[in-house]
Amino acid sequence: MPYALCFLLFMIGLYCAVVKKNMVKIVIGIMVMEYAVNLFLIMLGFRSGGAAPIIDKGQFEAATGQIAAGFVNSSVDPLPQALVLTAIVISLGSLALMISICIRTYEKYGTFDITQIRRLKG
Amino acid sequence: MSIPLPVFIAIPLVTAFVLPVFGKKGKDAATVLANVATISLLVLAVASIGKSAVYEIGKWSIPLGIDLVLDGLSSLMLLAISVVSAAAMLFSARYMEQYTAKAKYLSLFLLMVAGMNGVALSGDIFNLFVFLEIASLASYALVGFGCEHEELEASFKYMVLGSIGSVFILFAVALVYGNTGALNMAYVSEAIQSSGLNAGLAFALALFVVGFGLKAALVPFHAWLPDAHPSAPAPISAMLSGILIKTLGIYALARMVFNVFGVSVSIGWLLVVLGLLSMVAGAFLAIGQWDFKRLLAYSSISQIGYVVLGIGLGATLIARGTNLAWASLAILGGLFHLLNHAVYKSLLFLTSGSVQMSTGTRQLKQMGGLAEKLPVTRTTCTVASASIVGIPPFSGFWSKLILVWAAVQAQLYWVAAIIVFVSLCTLIMYLKVQRYVFLGELPENLQQIKENRGSMLVAMVFLACLCALMGLLLVPGLKENILDPAVQALTTGVKYSDAVIGMR
Repeated sequence: MPYALCFLLFMIGLYCAVVKKNMVKIVIGIMVMEYAVNLFLIMLGFRSGGAAPIIDKGQFEAATGQIAAGFVNSSVDPLPQALVLTAIVISLGSLALMISICIRTYEKYGTFDITQIRRLKG
Repeated sequence: MSIPLPVFIAIPLVTAFVLPVFGKKGKDAATVLANVATISLLVLAVASIGKSAVYEIGKWSIPLGIDLVLDGLSSLMLLAISVVSAAAMLFSARYMEQYTAKAKYLSLFLLMVAGMNGVALSGDIFNLFVFLEIASLASYALVGFGCEHEELEASFKYMVLGSIGSVFILFAVALVYGNTGALNMAYVSEAIQSSGLNAGLAFALALFVVGFGLKAALVPFHAWLPDAHPSAPAPISAMLSGILIKTLGIYALARMVFNVFGVSVSIGWLLVVLGLLSMVAGAFLAIGQWDFKRLLAYSSISQIGYVVLGIGLGATLIARGTNLAWASLAILGGLFHLLNHAVYKSLLFLTSGSVQMSTGTRQLKQMGGLAEKLPVTRTTCTVASASIVGIPPFSGFWSKLILVWAAVQAQLYWVAAIIVFVSLCTLIMYLKVQRYVFLGELPENLQQIKENRGSMLVAMVFLACLCALMGLLLVPGLKENILDPAVQALTTGVKYSDAVIGMR
């Protein structure tokens, strides 16, 4: 069910990016898509009642010196969080560039409406 | 001697961050430094031919860490990237004098090269996404570099479609990780072989095709290319059309389809159909254009179609398992055409930049009779046109011949017929270029123009020589070293994983 909602969020972002006429709204649509994917990545690593995947002395069984089975069964997957951090930084960079291009375009054309920004044809 | 793989990414990346320090006063020093970087990359790429290696970043062993993989296909891409970027950088040394902020331009240029080298070398799908975004972001900024009306509009259009493509790719990466629990290509491939293609992975493959298709501007996804490529400064158009769409689109797609997911008849046919659509639609749209660079941009869509057709034909034949020799032939045609197109299309864009710098216009109807005024530009443009049309001694002829031959061997006669037909359309569009730019009457206002000198000519002559000589790559001795390993990298398919895991 959360996955379906996440996919719905992705589709809302895609719809917004494709249908909207305002440049800033298109940018917002793309960002909503990015956040939907980030949310999806985070949910991949989710585990209800999970523990932080950090091994300290308490996680070893005193008798055998092995990592405790309880820790293995409850620790969450740390990789998606690293991926999401990277993806957020990248999307921040692309957001900054997109908004700056929007502002420069507004200075030239005096509008954000893409139906009026049409010098390129063919 | 083994080559440390990270230098391919480190050299352009470090230079890119050093260059803005020079600012306006040290413009010449910055230009020299940037040229040194691209030429040293060219030397390294030539030295890497025929080698294969796996490098684990930070000594983290795979699948825990990230690895860089050099195989035949990667070294072919590295070679193409470094040839085009060295020529375009040499050309920009003089051409970019008309813009302000040259150091920033050079810095973005090298960032794009770093991203593309990273895509070609990466052996990890998330890392591939990161490098792809580095290259894409640099290219969005470079398309809008002039900051005029058209450039900003084209840049925004390119950026929106490019970002949607990137999000699709990231979503597919997430789906692959969720279904296989691995991000390393070799391990993902192993997991897919053992578990089969379930619904989630099939959806991921579809997303990859759409995402990389958007980056490669295959026909249903091509809307941004004819705006973005002409709006960029000429050396950047050469980089975008010559190599960016191939590395980010074709190379990454081929790597996913052949080496990670494994080929099937349906995906092969999908690529064949996309290729044919791009070829025909691109050629028809190009003939009607009156803007020099826009015509070249549409022609790029058409030529990209040839590459995808060759690769798709190969995938279909491998999946059918009928005859591997014909599959290798089709893939050889596609990859050889990729290399050829990188050289002659970047040369054509450089000549268009030279014409634009001399005449101040891109409209074919406002030109004419430039053959006397711009002799070198005219000669190099004719060589490139002959090559793209496919006139025998030049490179384009050989790759198209191989593609036609492979289609006939596969008993797809109608595909062979379409390849020949699109070649005729290509002939028409380049005759149009020759007729309106270089022949005919010289307009009054262009009587005073002069040929551009210096590094621009060196870059154009260098690429023209390559165009004339690249047919030699099919000679035994060179073929075994450059093209065959690249073809093998694709035909071995999912056995790629064994090779990578075995090499470390």
